[in-house]
Amino acid sequence: MDNSEGYAIELRGIVKRFPGVVANDGIDFKVRRGEIHCLLGENGAGKTTLMRVLYGLYRPDEGEIILNGQPVQMTSPRAALNHHVGMVHQHFRLVPTLSVEENIVLGLDEGTGPFVNFRKTREKISAIANEYGLSVDLQTKIWQLTVGQQQRVEILKALYREVDILIMDEPTSVLTPQEVDQLFTTLRTLVDDGLTIIFITHKLDEVMQVSDRVTVLRKGKVVATLLTAETDKPALARLMVGREVVFRLEKSPLKQREKILEMNDLYALNDRGLPALRGVSFDLFGGEILGVAGVSGNGQYELAEVLTGLRKSTKGKVFLAKKEVTNCSAREMNDLNVAHIPAERIRMGIVPALSIRENLILKKYRRPPFSHREFLDNKEIEENAHRAMSDYQIAAPSCETPAKLLSGGNIQKVVLARELSENPSLIVAVHPTYGLDIGATEQVRQVLLAQRERGAATLLISEDLEEIMTLSDRILVLFNGEVMGILDAESADIEEIGLMMAGSRHKGEKL
Amino acid sequence: MKKRVGFKVERRPVASGRVVFLVSLLAIIAAFVVAGIFFRIYGVSPIHAYQLILRGSLGSRFGLAETVRRVIPLLLCGVGLTIAFRALFWNIGAEGQLLMGAVAAAGVALFSGLPGPLLLPAMFIGGFIGGAAWGLIPAILKVMLGLNDVITTLMMNYIAIYFVEWLIHGPWKGPTARGFAYTDTFPRAAWLPTLYGTRIHWPTLVLGLVLAVVMYIMVTRTRSGFEIRVIGENPNAARFAGISQLKTTLVVMLISGGFAGLAGVGEVAGIHMRLLGPTNISMGYGYTAIIVAWLARRNPLAVIITSLLFGVIMTGGDVIKVSLGLPFQLINVFNGLILFFLIGSEILLHYKISFLLRR
Amino acid sequence: MGWETWIITTFSRSLAYGTPLLLGTLGEIYAERSGVLNLGVEGMMIMGAYSGFTTAYITGNPWLGILVAAVVGGAFSLIHAFASVTLKANQIVSGLSLTMLGLGLSGMFGRGLEGKPLPVTIPKITISGLSKIPFLGPILFEGQNLIVYLTILLVPLLWYILYRTRIGITIRSVGESPATADSLGINVDRVRYMCVFLGGILAGVAGGYLSVAYRPAWTEGMTAGMGWIVIALTIFAFWNPVYGMLGAYLFAALYHLSYRLQPWVSPEFLKAMPYAFAILVLIFVSRGTLQKRMGAPAALSLPYTRGEE
Repeated sequence: MDNSEGYAIELRGIVKRFPGVVANDGIDFKVRRGEIHCLLGENGAGKTTLMRVLYGLYRPDEGEIILNGQPVQMTSPRAALNHHVGMVHQHFRLVPTLSVEENIVLGLDEGTGPFVNFRKTREKISAIANEYGLSVDLQTKIWQLTVGQQQRVEILKALYREVDILIMDEPTSVLTPQEVDQLFTTLRTLVDDGLTIIFITHKLDEVMQVSDRVTVLRKGKVVATLLTAETDKPALARLMVGREVVFRLEKSPLKQREKILEMNDLYALNDRGLPALRGVSFDLFGGEILGVAGVSGNGQYELAEVLTGLRKSTKGKVFLAKKEVTNCSAREMNDLNVAHIPAERIRMGIVPALSIRENLILKKYRRPPFSHREFLDNKEIEENAHRAMSDYQIAAPSCETPAKLLSGGNIQKVVLARELSENPSLIVAVHPTYGLDIGATEQVRQVLLAQRERGAATLLISEDLEEIMTLSDRILVLFNGEVMGILDAESADIEEIGLMMAGSRHKGEKL
Repeated sequence: MKKRVGFKVERRPVASGRVVFLVSLLAIIAAFVVAGIFFRIYGVSPIHAYQLILRGSLGSRFGLAETVRRVIPLLLCGVGLTIAFRALFWNIGAEGQLLMGAVAAAGVALFSGLPGPLLLPAMFIGGFIGGAAWGLIPAILKVMLGLNDVITTLMMNYIAIYFVEWLIHGPWKGPTARGFAYTDTFPRAAWLPTLYGTRIHWPTLVLGLVLAVVMYIMVTRTRSGFEIRVIGENPNAARFAGISQLKTTLVVMLISGGFAGLAGVGEVAGIHMRLLGPTNISMGYGYTAIIVAWLARRNPLAVIITSLLFGVIMTGGDVIKVSLGLPFQLINVFNGLILFFLIGSEILLHYKISFLLRR
Repeated sequence: MGWETWIITTFSRSLAYGTPLLLGTLGEIYAERSGVLNLGVEGMMIMGAYSGFTTAYITGNPWLGILVAAVVGGAFSLIHAFASVTLKANQIVSGLSLTMLGLGLSGMFGRGLEGKPLPVTIPKITISGLSKIPFLGPILFEGQNLIVYLTILLVPLLWYILYRTRIGITIRSVGESPATADSLGINVDRVRYMCVFLGGILAGVAGGYLSVAYRPAWTEGMTAGMGWIVIALTIFAFWNPVYGMLGAYLFAALYHLSYRLQPWVSPEFLKAMPYAFAILVLIFVSRGTLQKRMGAPAALSLPYTRGEE
């Protein structure tokens, strides 16, 4: 009982399982009152899951939550708020067409029944805002605010509910540098006032800049808890990515051929209109695999979409075998034989209700031999399906089986069969083994290596650093939409990669 | 030892054709049972009422002819709607598209001055264009401005209705009889031939059957059909494959509106031989066709059967009006109940409920 | 002086005819604000008209008729709510089926009542003192009835609730972003049920008003598409009760004038205006910022399931 003194939060032995993965594997996590504590790790490390357990969005399978020495049951976010725990999510929980004050008051039971005493509310909000420097016009609608201002509203929402503990999930991913500084100032003011803050991040700079202590998670377990003052970025990077020996697959030596892809100074925006890619430049050669490493959300998806015609770039050029293809449509990229293995195979890669054989011609249906003029040649389509199913060992009752009935591995094989059947010159593979079992993962990797052998140029985007290191010939690290560096995979140092993934530039830059 | 009865509910990944058929049948039966209850409350024996309907619509030559006559516009509109629904375009505007087709046909018949043999083909072409144009407007609004297809097609229905009213009371006004307004009668050459002694304007019927088959082939065997199916099943994958939602939506509404327009031509050239009040041209064919298409699970061939069912119901309505003195409106009880149970039963398609007997 | 009488009569009749339009619109505004599209309004109105008339005819109490009309409309709407919110079925089809059902049932059961007079109807009220006010007096205070007044009073009340109370904020959040509302502990389903129910009640009252006060009489299909005008009006009102009031009286005036203005404007043109206006409004708010400012609730007609973000 003694160790609970001075700890605002204590999570003991938290285990949270999801189908196929243990997100939190017996985590002990302690946060002292009045400190800013960073939770650091890559994707899949378990940080967000852990905080969702704390906030009542998930019930842990094992373990307990102790607040200020008392065990509590977090059954829902409402319960969390009752215990004065608040959370600012990565994707804001705000209603765009309502005003700031309406959003702050939404869902709250203030005991005044259906009526809102706006005057009192405004006074209270203004008082909070002034105290912490969070000014924002209360009557503006959310959609009229900048992202930084919206985040301020989220913080005000939590403060209005009188939280003692504030969890912030990757708060800086949507902010400009100035807004980040403002946020940090705000956080320090809050902490001076007695709040406790947990800050989820994957960016080392932020950890060093703002936290008092830091806990590093890797693959669902706590690796270390340190005083920030007593550590440095390289050490944290090492803890974040681990130092185990990485198994190299049997890979034939690199036979780099002619240049297939050239990207020059590319800029693109993401769905929210914020910059996703900033001046990305690289070359890609036939016969090699270029792995793109980076924490999710740093521009990888957008890079894949730009290369396959699903997203427009705002600046810069792309050349495919010397031909300019900047801003070509998806159909044009198809016709140029660019293969795309998408991250979301069910949502984007297949049409679940259609049969296997129909899915296999999803991109080729307009060309002979699968169609002549307007009519589809069902015999050819069926033969193609049989061939593909045997080549890729797709296990299904028949080629008429609807794709949605297949296992994840088989669905991915359908995608591979479809995309790779025409011997593409460029392959863009995004998280190709995500969610697959060991057997299927092996098969997919072998397929990619075979394509490499054949001379295709492959861009491999993956959150699994081990996969990148195993399969790639060269590694490009993306952070915040910028290329941090391009390394030779054989000689690359995993710590160096970790540092780059977390924001430090390769060689020559100050760490 | 206690016997416990319970049931477990599990998600069904794909409903087999057999299950779909059974569930649809269940919905129809449920609808007729509930409708029967309403009859009983009103004071009429449901058995008696259903006997009347069946005998009236299928049991006599005249009844059968009337049923087939009703089937024609339901078939045409229904086939068109299956195409629209497959591309996820909720065309509630078949009623208005039908009327505009009728208007176009009437215009050609009364004012084009075309020689006799050309008149009917021109009317069909004009009717198709009229309906297609009326359907393309909401399609363009959806594709370019993102406007909700349900609302726009619905509103266009009423604009079409008043347009027809305006024509028959205004510039196209013909002789008025007993307070009803309509245009002049079409010239003889603009009359569709009918089967002897009936009101079955068989060219339109043949057209409908042919189009049902053609659309079925299109959906299952052509590139455009493939594109429509992909868009309807997974718009994301469609984008991924480079299929243009814009082009497909326009094509689909061209077809759907055009077919409804053809139905309109059939009505004015085959049944009435003039343009008259909108509620007399179409007794809700456009809306009933929605149920026809839904029940057919968007399969153009199946529309042949489902349109027959609703043809029976509509003729049944006539029969009941004459024999029991109930208003024609009451067919809407059947329509409403069938539609409601259809969508209500869809939950059975997604979930399998099995009964467990445990000791 | 013929002009003056003409204007007064127009406004007065618009007030009377606009009342059921307004009632239906107010209800539909609330339903759509919570994210549920209710195309069953026509069916609920006609069932309200039928049940209201029948009750008033049998019991001799017109107010009881209005009450029953409200209950019947509400009951119908609960069926729609069940299909749309709980079963998460296609809202368009659910609404259409209820309209068909309502038209069919009311036609069937109302058979014997066509043309029958009501023994007691809602009394017309004339307030002698106020009716002397020039212009406004004769319009507002001569020959109207209590329901007209109550409806007018409903407008500021419903406006206030929607925009200035916690309930209104909750409703609007459910219609805009049900995931957000859900994550803040709001019961999305319950809010939607309640709003659809309110819509049903008001639609029922609107129908009852037609058959018990306005005509008063029962004819098969007497709502004559009023439910569809309500759908158009809801859009025209930008989902705001106050604009709804203006729109309802405006459309009522257009309808009333459609025959008066016949020499100059065709009546069909005027009658088609509400529908054309609705489309124009939709086009107008389709551009980015306008859509957020004044457009439809973002989650309209989309069923909500937790976890599908």
